[in-house]
Amino acid sequence: MGWKRKDLLSLQDLETAEIQDVLDTADSMREIATRDIKKVPTLRGKTVVNLFYEASTRTRTSFEIAGKWLSADVVNFSASSSSAEKGESLLDTAKNIEAMSPDVVVVRHKASGAPALLARHLRCAVVNAGDGAHEHPTQGLLDLLTIRQKKGHLEGLSVAIVGDIAHSRVARSDIHGMRKMGMTVTVAGPPTLIPPACQELGVKVSHRLEEAIAHADVIMMLRLQHERMESGLIPSLREYSRIWGLSLDKLKHCRPDVLLMHPGPVNRGVELSPEVADSQYSVILDQVSNGVAVRMAVLYLLAGSQAA
Amino acid sequence: MVPGSPAAQSPAPDGAFFLAPALPHPMTVREKAQVLDDTALDRALTRIAHEIVEQAGGEGVALVGIKTRGVTLAERIAEKIAAIEGARPPVGALDITLYRDDLRLKAEQPVVRGTEIPFPLKGRTVVLVDDVLFTGRTIRAAMDAVMDLGRPRIIRLAVLIDRGHRELPIRPDYIGKNLPTSRRETVAVMLREHDGVDRVVIQEPTDP
Repeated sequence: MGWKRKDLLSLQDLETAEIQDVLDTADSMREIATRDIKKVPTLRGKTVVNLFYEASTRTRTSFEIAGKWLSADVVNFSASSSSAEKGESLLDTAKNIEAMSPDVVVVRHKASGAPALLARHLRCAVVNAGDGAHEHPTQGLLDLLTIRQKKGHLEGLSVAIVGDIAHSRVARSDIHGMRKMGMTVTVAGPPTLIPPACQELGVKVSHRLEEAIAHADVIMMLRLQHERMESGLIPSLREYSRIWGLSLDKLKHCRPDVLLMHPGPVNRGVELSPEVADSQYSVILDQVSNGVAVRMAVLYLLAGSQAA
Repeated sequence: MVPGSPAAQSPAPDGAFFLAPALPHPMTVREKAQVLDDTALDRALTRIAHEIVEQAGGEGVALVGIKTRGVTLAERIAEKIAAIEGARPPVGALDITLYRDDLRLKAEQPVVRGTEIPFPLKGRTVVLVDDVLFTGRTIRAAMDAVMDLGRPRIIRLAVLIDRGHRELPIRPDYIGKNLPTSRRETVAVMLREHDGVDRVVIQEPTDP
C-alpha cells in the first residue's frame, strides 16, 4: 500500500498497514548506515526544518542525520535562541517558516496537540517529534522496529511498560503502536503515575514490577523525571528506585530472551541499575540506530506524498 | 525497467514490478506476441554468461542485479559462469528507488526494497543486470548507486531485452535480445521464480 498522509502526528491515527509500511521502509534504510558514503540523493533539494520548543539532543540529532543522509537540507530552529522568547506565537513562527518554503517541519512542543495545530495551518508535511504527554510517534515506530528486528515478528509478543505512564508520550505511542500490531501490553508503576482510565487503551495494569515483567518478551523502562518527585507523586527517588528500578536480581526471574528497552536518556541508578543498562538483554543502543532509519523512512514517505 | 514511464512493465502476479502501483489508472493490456520461450530465454542467458567470461576472464567479476527480476537473472547468469569457469562470481542486489530522478513527479512514494551487496566493489568488474533496457534512466540511477558503494574498476551492463527508446547516452554490453517496440507497448519478462514460467511477451493496451 502507499503512503497517503500529509503529516505524521500520532500512532493512534495510523492503520496497521501504514505502520507496517514505515517499518519495512525503515528496514531498507538501515543498510545506508553501514556504507562508507552515508548519503543517497533521494531528497536532494528538499528542506527539513527542525522546530524544537523543548530541549532534545537525541531526537533532534536523529532527525538531522536522517535528513542529511537522504541529502535534504536540514535547518535547526530552537526556541531558546529564537523569536519565541520575544513573544511570537507558535502559529506566527510557523507561518514565517512556511514562507521560506520548507517541505517538512519536525515539531517538538511541550503542549499536547501543538503539531496537530501546525498541521492544520501549514501546507508542508508536519512530523510530531513529541508533544506534551500526548505522543512521540517516531519513538513508538523505532521501538517496534527494534523489537521486530530482534524477535523476528511482533504479533503475540507481550510487553511490560514500567514507570511514569501518566506523563509519558513514549508510553502512549508505544501502547497504540503495539496494540495495533497485535501485541499484549501491561503497564506498571506506582498508582500516582498510572492514568486512571488506562485500561481503555487495551492494556493491563499492574502495581508490582515483578508481576508485570515475569512473562514479558520485552521490558520498556521509562525515564523518571525528577520533577515528579517535587510535585509529590513519589515519596523519594531512593524508594522509587528500590521498588520500581530494574536490577539484575529482578531480571533473573524474567524470560532468558527478554529484551530490555529504554527511550533514553537513562537515569542510571534510578530506573535501571548500571549493570542492567549494560547487560546482554539491553537493546538501548539498537533503538538509537533504528531511530535514524525510522526517521529516514518517515521523511522519505512524507516528502514524497504531495497531498497538500 | 524504467522509472516513471507510463509504458512500464505489466503488473506481475506477485506485484513485484514496483512501477505498476504508480500508474495513474490500471491499464488493461493484451498479449501481442511471445518474444522468448523458456528455451530461448535460457540460451540467451548462456550466451551472456559466455560473453562475460570471454571479455573479463571471470576474474574479479561481480554481478549486481537490479531489483526485482534483474537479481534473479544475475543469479542464473552466475550459475552459468560457475559451470563454465568453476567459480561462481558474487551476486548483489541493488534497489535504485532512492536514486530515481522522478520521485517528485509521482502521487506517492515507490516502495524501497533495500540493497544487499555483501562484498566490496572496489577494483572489481561490476556487471549490472536488468531485465529490460528502455529509457536508460534506471541504469543511470544504478550507476550512481554503485559508485556510492565503492569504486569499481569497470561497470558493464547486461540486459535480457533491449527495447530501444533511450533517453540517455547508455548502451548495453551484453544483450539477450534486441526488440524493436513502440512506446505504447510494454515488455513483460516472466521468470519461474516470480511468475511460475519463463517467457517474455510484448503487450499492448486494449483501449485505442
